[in-house]
Amino acid sequence: MSTIDSTAPKIVDPKSTSSNPTTSASMQVPDASGRFGDFGGRYVPETLTRALEELVEEYQKARKDPDFQAELDELLHRFVGRPSPLYHAKRLSGLLGGAQIWLKREDLNHTGAHKINNTLGQALLTLRMKKTRVIAETGAGQHGVASATACAHFGLPCVVYMGAEDVRRQKPNVFSMRLMGAEVRPVESGSKTLRDAVNEAMRDWMSSVEHTHYIIGSVIGPHPFPQMVRDFQSVIGKECREQCLTSLGRLPDAIVACVGGGSNAAGMFYPFVQDTSVRLIGVEAGGRGQQSGEHASPLTYGSPGVLHGSYSYVMQDNDGQTSDVHSISAGLDYPGVGPEHSYWKDTKRVEYTSCRDDEAIESFDLLARNEGILTALETCHALAKAAQIAKTMTRDQHLVICLSGRGDKDAAELARLRGQEW
Amino acid sequence: MTAIDELFQRLKGSGKKAFMPFITAGDPNMAFTSKVLQRLEALGCSMAEVGFPYSDPIADGPVIQASYTRALGNKLKLQQIFDQIQSDRSERKMPLVAMVSYAIIHRQGQEGFIQAAKQAGFSGVIVPDLLVEESQTMSQLCRKHDFNLIQLVTPTTPRERALRIAEASSGFLYFVSVTGITGERTELPADLVDRVGWIKERTNLPICIGFGISKPEHVKLLAPVCDGLIVGSAIVRCLEKAGESQEQALASAEQLIASLLAALEPAKG
Ligand SMILES: Cc1ncc(COP(=O)(O)O)c(C=O)c1O
Repeated sequence: MSTIDSTAPKIVDPKSTSSNPTTSASMQVPDASGRFGDFGGRYVPETLTRALEELVEEYQKARKDPDFQAELDELLHRFVGRPSPLYHAKRLSGLLGGAQIWLKREDLNHTGAHKINNTLGQALLTLRMKKTRVIAETGAGQHGVASATACAHFGLPCVVYMGAEDVRRQKPNVFSMRLMGAEVRPVESGSKTLRDAVNEAMRDWMSSVEHTHYIIGSVIGPHPFPQMVRDFQSVIGKECREQCLTSLGRLPDAIVACVGGGSNAAGMFYPFVQDTSVRLIGVEAGGRGQQSGEHASPLTYGSPGVLHGSYSYVMQDNDGQTSDVHSISAGLDYPGVGPEHSYWKDTKRVEYTSCRDDEAIESFDLLARNEGILTALETCHALAKAAQIAKTMTRDQHLVICLSGRGDKDAAELARLRGQEW
Repeated sequence: MTAIDELFQRLKGSGKKAFMPFITAGDPNMAFTSKVLQRLEALGCSMAEVGFPYSDPIADGPVIQASYTRALGNKLKLQQIFDQIQSDRSERKMPLVAMVSYAIIHRQGQEGFIQAAKQAGFSGVIVPDLLVEESQTMSQLCRKHDFNLIQLVTPTTPRERALRIAEASSGFLYFVSVTGITGERTELPADLVDRVGWIKERTNLPICIGFGISKPEHVKLLAPVCDGLIVGSAIVRCLEKAGESQEQALASAEQLIASLLAALEPAKG
C-alpha cells in the first residue's frame, strides 16, 4: 500500500507544464480537402465521390442546424444515457499507489461502448440524405451492434460485414446484431478480420452508393469520415473536460485511451488538444512482439501510406502492400489508424505507445477484482498502460482512462485465451 | 506522344476500335503473364492493361480480387513485374498500360514509379483510387515523362465533373460502365450509350469503356459509340486455372477473346 500522504504538498509535475515545446497541433483541421497536415485526404474510386461530396454537404448543414443537434442530444441523453459518469476508481488508485485514476464510463452507454455516439449521428444523417439502407463493418462487433441499434431505432435495414475470425471470437455481439434485425455477413477473404470487413463494406458501397449510407465505425476512411466520426465522438472529451473541472476543480494531468482505428481516443483527446498541460497517451495493440505481423501498432512501428481511402500511418511492406497484423482484441486488430492520430503523432501532441496481448489480458482483473467492472479487451490495452503510467505519478495527480467498452462480450474468449472452462 | 496516343491516332485514321484485355500480373507467375501478353498481341489485341496485384483493392470484384490474392500468395514483388515486362520489350509492339492502386505508387514515390514503369515499357497508368482532385502532381509528373495518366469517369460522376476529368486525363478516358466493382454483367445500364455519346461530343480524347463487358452483344452495342473496349474479369476468369493447366487456360481465354474481337469486326467498317 502507498505510503504517500494525500495531504502532501502539491508537486509540480515537469511533464504537465510547459516542457513540451512542439505542441503545434491545431484544432482547425482538417482543411477543405480533408487534410490533417499531410494526412487524410480521399483515395477512393471515382464512383464514391458524389456520395462523399453529398455527405460533406449534409454534414455541414446538419452541424449548423440547431434541430439536428437537439435531436442528437436528446437521443444521446434519453436513449444512450449520456452524460456518461466520470468515476473515481479509489480502490484501484490506492492499490497502484500513484495518480488518482478516473474512468470515463463509455461502457455504461446503451450497447456498452462509445460506438453508439457515432452511429446515431450518422443514422440521422442517413435519414437527412434520404438514403434507405445502411451498411457497416465491425471488428469487435461493438460498432456492428451500435449500427444495428441505430438502424432498429430508425427503421433502417442494416447489413454488417464482419471478418469470419471476429464472428468466432465475438459471438455474443453477432447474436445481438441479428436479434435487432441486422444481417451479419461473415467475410472470408484475407485475414478474416476488421481490415477485410472494411474492404467488403467498401465494395458493397461501390454498387449500392446511390441509396445506401456506409456508417464507418472509426476515424478512418476517406474525407469526411475521419472528421465527422471525431466530431460525433467528441462528446466524450467535452463531457470529460467539464466533469474534471467540476470534480477536480482543474484539468487532469494525463488521459489514456486505446487506439484501434482511433475513434474513442480521438473523441476523448480532441477537446483537450489545446490544453497543453494535459498529457495525452494513445495505446495501440502490441500483440506478441515488435516484429511485423505480430502486432497492430502502425503509429509505433509503421510508416505513412494509403489504406481504405486515406493517407496515414499503416503497416505495409516495401511495395506498399498492407501487412498482416495481430491482436487478441478484434477491435484493435487493424493495420491502419485514423489520419488525425498521424497528425498528432507528428506534431508530438499525443504520445503513442503499445501494450502487449499478455499485459492487456492480465489487466482485465485489475478492474474486475478491485472495482467490479468487466472491461472490453480493447480497453484493457489502455488500462494496462495507464496502470504503469499512474505508478510514475504522484497521489495528487489525476489520470483519466477512456473506458471505451464493457467486457461481457469477451468473457468466453478470455476463458479460451486463459485455457479455462467456459 | 506515347505509344497509346499513337495507337489511337492510327485507329482513328482507319476507323477502327481498340480492344484491350485486362490481365493480372503474376497470376500465377510472371512467366505465364509474359506468355499471355504474347498471345494477346498475336490475336490482334490493340493494347493490354496489366493489373498490379494489391492487398486491399476496393474497386475489384471477386474474380480479380482472387487473382490478386493468388499472385501475392506466390510472393509476387513489384520489381518482378517490371523486370519481366522489360525483358519482353523488344518483341512487343502492343502498348501496355498499368493498373495500379495508389498505395503502391505512393510507396515508390510518384516520380520513381513513373520512371520505373516507363523504363519497363509501360506507356501509361490507370490509378483507380486517385481522384482528379488528388492527381495534380501525378498528372504533372506524367506529362514531364511523356507518360499517360488515364482517369476514370463513372455513372455517378456529374456531367461537369466528367468534363473536368476528361481534361485532366491523357491517353484515353476510361468510362466505367456500371456503378459498382469489376466483374462480368449480363446486362449493362440502358443509358450507357447515351452517356458515353454525351461526353464523346465534348472531348477529343479517345474514350474506352470498361467494367462488366463479357459478351459479343456488349461489344456490338458499345463499339460504335466509343474508341475502345476493356475486358477484364471475363478473361481473368478464363486464366484462373492456369495453375493446373496453362494451355487449357490460354485456350479458353483465346476462344473468348476471338469471339469478342469478331463482334468488334463490323464496327471496323
Ligand atoms: C470497446 C472498444 N474500444 C475500442 C475500440 C477500438 O476502436 P476505436 O479505436 O475506433 O475507438 C473498439 C472497436 O471495436 C471497441 O469495441
